[in-house]
Order: sequence, then C-alpha cells, then structure tokens
Amino acid sequence: MNKWTRRAFLSTGIIAGTGLVVGVSIRPGNRAQGLQELMAGEDETLVHAYIKIGADNVVTAIIPHSEMGQGVQTSLAQMVADELDADWDLVRAEEAPALDEYANFAVGKGFLIPDAKFPDIIVPSVDGALMQIADVLNVQVTGGSGSIRFTGELGSRIAGAATRQLLVQAAAQKWQVPESEIETEKSHLIHRASSRNEPYAALAVAASAMTPSYTPELKRQEQFKIMGQQVQRFDIPAKVDGTAKFALDVRLPGMLYATVTRSPVFGGSLIGTKDEAARAVSGVIDVYELPPMESNDMVGAFAAGESVAVLAEGYWPAIQGLKALEIEWDTGGNETVTSDKIFAQFDADISAAQDRQTDSIFGDADDVFSTAANIISADYRVPYLAHTCMEPLNATAEVKDGRCEIWIGCQNPLGFRQAVADALGIDAENVTLHNQFMGGGFGRKARPDYAIQAALVAERAGRPVQLIWSREEDVRQDFYRPAVQSRFRAALDNEGNPIAWENTYVDKHEPIEAPLIPYAIPAQNIGYVASPTHVPFGAWRSVDHSQHGFFTESFIDELAVAAGKDPYEYRVGLLSNHPRHLAILEKVAEEAQWSRPLAGGRGRGISLQESFGTLVAQVVEVTIVDGDISVDRVVAAIDAGFAISPDGITAQVESAIIYGLTAALHGEITIENGAVAQSNFHDYEAVRMDTAPKIETHIINSGYAIGGAGEPGTPGIAPALANAVFDATGIRVRNLPLNQFNLRFRVEEAGVVG
Amino acid sequence: MAVLIVNGTREEFDVDPSTPLLWVLREKLALTGTKFGCGIAQCGACTVHVDGDPIRSCNTPFSAVEGKEITTIEGLAPSSEELHPLQTAWIEHQVPQCGYCQSGQLMSAAALLASNPNPDDAAIDSAMRGNICRCGMYGRIRQAIKTSATYYEVASTSELTATAQEVSGE
Repeated sequence: MNKWTRRAFLSTGIIAGTGLVVGVSIRPGNRAQGLQELMAGEDETLVHAYIKIGADNVVTAIIPHSEMGQGVQTSLAQMVADELDADWDLVRAEEAPALDEYANFAVGKGFLIPDAKFPDIIVPSVDGALMQIADVLNVQVTGGSGSIRFTGELGSRIAGAATRQLLVQAAAQKWQVPESEIETEKSHLIHRASSRNEPYAALAVAASAMTPSYTPELKRQEQFKIMGQQVQRFDIPAKVDGTAKFALDVRLPGMLYATVTRSPVFGGSLIGTKDEAARAVSGVIDVYELPPMESNDMVGAFAAGESVAVLAEGYWPAIQGLKALEIEWDTGGNETVTSDKIFAQFDADISAAQDRQTDSIFGDADDVFSTAANIISADYRVPYLAHTCMEPLNATAEVKDGRCEIWIGCQNPLGFRQAVADALGIDAENVTLHNQFMGGGFGRKARPDYAIQAALVAERAGRPVQLIWSREEDVRQDFYRPAVQSRFRAALDNEGNPIAWENTYVDKHEPIEAPLIPYAIPAQNIGYVASPTHVPFGAWRSVDHSQHGFFTESFIDELAVAAGKDPYEYRVGLLSNHPRHLAILEKVAEEAQWSRPLAGGRGRGISLQESFGTLVAQVVEVTIVDGDISVDRVVAAIDAGFAISPDGITAQVESAIIYGLTAALHGEITIENGAVAQSNFHDYEAVRMDTAPKIETHIINSGYAIGGAGEPGTPGIAPALANAVFDATGIRVRNLPLNQFNLRFRVEEAGVVG
Repeated sequence: MAVLIVNGTREEFDVDPSTPLLWVLREKLALTGTKFGCGIAQCGACTVHVDGDPIRSCNTPFSAVEGKEITTIEGLAPSSEELHPLQTAWIEHQVPQCGYCQSGQLMSAAALLASNPNPDDAAIDSAMRGNICRCGMYGRIRQAIKTSATYYEVASTSELTATAQEVSGE
C-alpha cells in the first residue's frame, strides 16, 4: 500500500483486525512523561491527560479537536464535566497541542468500526489495539462528524469518570473513610457522616499520582446533569468583538507577507517565470519557485504541482507582484479537458461497466428486469464543488536553527506537522504547530498544501512569513467535491411497489455506505466504476453522502410518482423494518404538516438520509416566482441518538442545510481548458440573507448510539428541494445546480392546468 | 505621513495610497478584527464604517478615506466595560459558528440599526445581503438584529447597558 486514504485505512484496518488484539501505546488516561510540565500552568495539576484542575478549582478539559464553529470544544467539555461532576461555571476548555499524546485514537476507532455498538464500558483489548493504530497513524483529525460520537463517547467521558474516581480514592485515603461513602457534586468531594467537604483542587495533586481506570463506570442518560443541557459556547464572546484569533490574525515581530499561485491546470509543472515586473512592484522583496508536493497522510493524501510565491512587505504588494508575474506552465495535455468531456467520459464508463465493483447486491435484479412491465430509468449528475471557507487559506511560519514554528487553522494538526517536517527535511518533533480558530473548514483544511507552502517560503525568507491565498487561488486550487454521474433503473410491480433497484455510479470515496438505501426492495444491485480525472479530490461536508443523498432520495421520489403515490407515504411503506427511520420521517411530516394543501405555484418535497450514525429527515417548501425558486421553509428532524448540546445540534443542522442549499441552488465548478472557470463569490455564489429560508429543527433523542452532527444535515436538502420543485412545476431535476433550469414556462403551464 | 482617525484615535503612518483600507487596518495598525474574505467587495467580511457609513474596506483605497473617521469591530462597543446591544444579542442567540464573517455582519447590522432602529425583514434583507456567512447563520443573525432592536425600544440610552447585561445573563 503506497498511499493511505481514509477508505484504504478502513478496509486494511478491518482485514488486519484479527491480528490486532495486543499492544497498547498511549491511552487517554496515561500521563506520558513530561506532559504535566508541558500542559499544566502555574497552580494547575494535570490529573488526567485530558483534564487539568487548578488551585482555584477550575477544571480545564483538554480537547483533541479543532474549533471551526461546530462548538466541539464546549460540547466535549460538557461530556468531561458531567462525568466528573464538575461545577459547570468553573469549567474551561483548551485545545490539545499537536503532540502524539493527543492523537484522538477514538476517531481512528470510529472509522475502523463505524457501525460497532459499543457497550457502556469499552472493551480494553479492542480499544488498546485500535488506539495503537491511531497512534501509529498520528490521527488528530476533526472530520467525519466524529468528535462527539468517537472522542466524546470513548475519550472525554472516560476521562471525566476516571478522574472523578481518582479524586474519590484520594479523598478516601486522606479522610480514612470508605470510597463508597464519598459523594461528588459541583467539583467538591463530600463525606456527609463526618461533615467533610473539600474542593477537587485540594485532592488534585494526590489524584494525579494515581493510575486512572480505563473502564470507569459511566453515567446513564437519566443521570446526566450537563450533557443535554443548553450551555453557552466558550468561543462565542471573542467572536463578537473582533478578539478571536484566526490564523490570519497572527502577528509576529518582523513578519513579512506572501501570496502564491499554482498552475491553473491541475498538476501543471513550471517551465519558467519572468519576474522582473513583479520585482519592480514597490514592496515586493522576492519571488520563489516552490517544488511540487505530495502527502500520504491517511486523511489528506494529495499531490499538487509546483507553485510560485511572491514575498513582500504586505499582502497588497504581494498580490500586485503576483499579478505581474509571467509564468509558463507545462500542463501535460490536461489543458483540453472540459466539464462536458468529463461527463461524457463518465457516461461512457458507466455504459461500459468495465470492472464494475459492487457495494451491495442481493436478490436477482437482472431477472426481475427481464420480466418486469414497469421499468423506470434515470441518470443523475452533480458538478464539482469548492469549499470556499470564509477565511482564505493562510499560515504563518518561522523556520530557523533546524526548527519550524507554524500558526495555522487546520483539521489535522498532527498530519500537518508531519507534512511540514517532511517538506523541510526535519523531524516532526522539531515542528511546533499552533492551531488557531478556523474560519470554516468543511473538509478543505484537512490537506496541508498551504502549510507546506508557508513553511518553504519562511525557510527561504529567513524571517517569519504570513502566506495568504487570494480568494481566486482558493476557488481554483481546491480539492473538490467530485463531479459524479449515477445511473438508476428500478422495476415496479402492479401495485407500484419497487421490486428491483439498480445503481451504477462513477468513483467511490467514503463513507462506504453512502449509496445504500434503507428501503425494502427485494432485489438490489448497487455498484460503481472507476472514471479518473485530473481534478483533485477532496472531502466536502458529508463527502459521498452529498451526491448520493441527492441521487437516491430523488430517484425514490420518481418511483413514488410513477406509482401514483404520495412520496411520504411511499417511503413509509418501504420502511417497516426500520422503526428509527420511520420515526424521524413521521416526525418531520407531522411538524411540516405534510398533508396540508399548498397554493398554486408552491411545492413541497421530502427526504430521508442516514449518515455518520445520524438520521435526518427534511421537508422543503418552495414558491416559484417568475421562474425563480424561492425556498420558503425547511423543516428538519434529526435523531443523533442523544443531543449532548441541543442548541449546538440545531445550529449544525441550520448550517448544514444552508451549505447544502448553496450547492443545490448555485454550486458549480466547471472545468474549461483543464482549469476552473470560476474565481470568486460573484461567479461561485452563496446563499445570502435575502434567499435563506426559515429553518425549523426538531430533535429526537432516541437513545441509540450517539451519531455525528456537523455533516448529516447536508445531504438531504438537495433532494428535498428538487422534489419540492417537481411538486410545484412537474420538472424533475436530475442535474444540479438548480439555477440552470428555467422554471417559468412549466409554472405557467401548470397554472393553466390548475 | 498619512492620517486616519480609527475608533476615535488619530493614527499616523506611511502607506502607498493605493493600498486598500483593509490592509492598512490589519497590517499597519494590527486591527485584525476586520477580515479578508474575497478582495472584490462580494462577501462583506471586511465591512467597516467610514464617517458612520458601512463600506467594504477590501477594495476601498486608502486615498479615498484619508483623514476620515473609521470605526472597526474593535470600536463597536461603547467602552471596554460594555458591549454594543448587537453584540449582546449575538451572544444571546449564539450566532457565530466559525465566527470569521461576524465582524462584518455586526458592522453592517450596526449601520442598519443606526439609520433604522426597528427594521423589518425586507430592511434586514437589503442591509445584510452583502455579507456572506458560509456557516449559514442567517436565521440567527436576523433574530439577533430584531432582539437588539427591542433593546432600543425598551430602553433609553442610559438604560441600554443595564438591559443588555440582563439579557446576556451577566
């Protein structure tokens, strides 16, 4: 295996699984040597690798995840604090440094066994083995909607409960009373019989000398006091007064600025740079050609061509200098590629079905199709998408004396640290990475190309450098949500029930289950063919669910229409073996008043999607005004098992819906002459205040294993919207984005028909 | 020497007059609360007030604002002891996610409320449509503006701070 991809990691991990029963490297409770000195400030004791207690009785939860607005540092602190019986008013959070000790093993574990149902007390042998894998692979990833369900459930809660146990043990020794008589409440230890009451701080040092349990008893849901409660996010006050520090806000003495560009045609290599005009720009200091780069990191494997950087006294002269460069690129034949050619290739590859791989096959679909009277076929397509995080990519680096210090916002600090070390030819221990608040992430900030560029420029400059990408570079040098085509065929029986479902699509990434459907269809054949392009792949909020959610939830709607049935009732009829799916679908239908009639020109659509261990159902209401779509209202119901932070989940659903809606309405990266045609928000548009729908979110706490929250709201918005457009106009949307459709004529026609 | 009055303070510095105000604020004055988002006045992350009016600082050359009074997010609150009513409402509604666009959102909203203390939905749409939030917090921004407007309604200027603190639970 040459390259680790998240998917390769999955499959090889599972294959190797039988051998992974022994060996424990770093457990969450193991205070590695030196960690106390590193992590604890004055008057603070590191009681557990994840928990510090201060002399002022402040509990600091150490969070091995990055903050990009999802509120993870607050919700994981809630999980630590609840199990610890901490006083929430005295709880703080601190992001873990990019050190091996804080590899979030649980995320590795979650991806290895995504569907595993973990008992309350985790199994030490399995856990130890999996932690070792995560450690070896240096996982410190924020992505895959994994923070709460993996790190939180398997790390933070264990840490809180184990620390509480240590404090009780320490108090029992000090007071010479049985542990069973000691209670904990609001960061205090209490022994009622002897009227003793001491703050955690008084026992922290003694507790820190003890060995924490890996299998402490965890609370049951009815015992939760902080989990499930509405709390204010720690990071918000600094985000309303301009004091929150993003990577772009780092200021170092003597710092210079730089900006950069790669070949517009992906993978292009440098022939030569004429830089006289650039160097003549006032404030420009130097021009550097940077080598191509490659990373085999498990979550961010990528390759990128050479780049040219302009170093200057400010961003403004740097970007003026960049515009003045004349760069000649060898584009290796890719300069003739267009989106049309890519889709023609997809079409041909699906038809050829060469080396088709199957995701799921059961029943005999071919046999059903050979005799069925009613067969429905459709091809669906979605375009490439960029991430366009609000904060353009940037990093600030200083390289001297064989060491590098880098300030950056990223989703994979350990992977970035390694990538920077490799690029500079130094050991990872000599790279210190300071992760900052991220101004958006969405998957883009898992790939360290911008970190490597900053480090290389700083090395050459011999001074601290802040490298800033222009928005144009951000749009044109992304790692894109792939364009995908998916070909469907389904057979219906005489009552309109589906009896066969066939789907062949191009290019599989992850999660592996994304194209699967929950509906009871007796014969299914779901598979894919490879159809490689030169456009670089990236994980984009909800990854493969973002396209397959649109495809499958639109096509099931087509079958309902073909059967002459209500799309909601049709789904309900196919979900009798999935009570959890049924419950969320019924919830959204009830809240949206599904059966209430709508006025002419209006439409309503529904979708259901399971992703990242969470179920989301959505109902969208639209009005077609002069051929334009007005998205009036989105009602969402989410079952993530249990909502640790109810307002946090609500906010994530709102965010995921607007992110997916932007893509459904406007999102399209097109390839012309081998390069991206779009460049900025004027031609790669976003939903804005005046077009954002009213969103109502309803939470079901079903008690199932906790699922993710950051991504699961995204896949269902496009199909619910497209189904609503069909309801309003009779136009079936099989290609996104929607802004390419002229809906005017059909609406007028529908109006005539009444 | 170029001159600018920023958040009530007179600043003097050397600068190429074609440099956009955004980079003067961020690089010359280290006022990093104002953000770079697009560079072409499409996203609103760089919104500041010039003599009270909201402008996009990323494509406003310094020469166009020299000597004028600039208010940035750092100067929105009336003092270091109290928040602007919008900031209080932003916390109450837990508006920011990543938070990167919020300085610009707040400056656009503050300009709106200064001219229209009780904006309806259409006025909010019109004033705020220039500010992109990729985290999609438009619903919360709308609610927070409306909540903030109620502070203006219920409180005279002197009572404003007390009300705002009450709402934020301080």
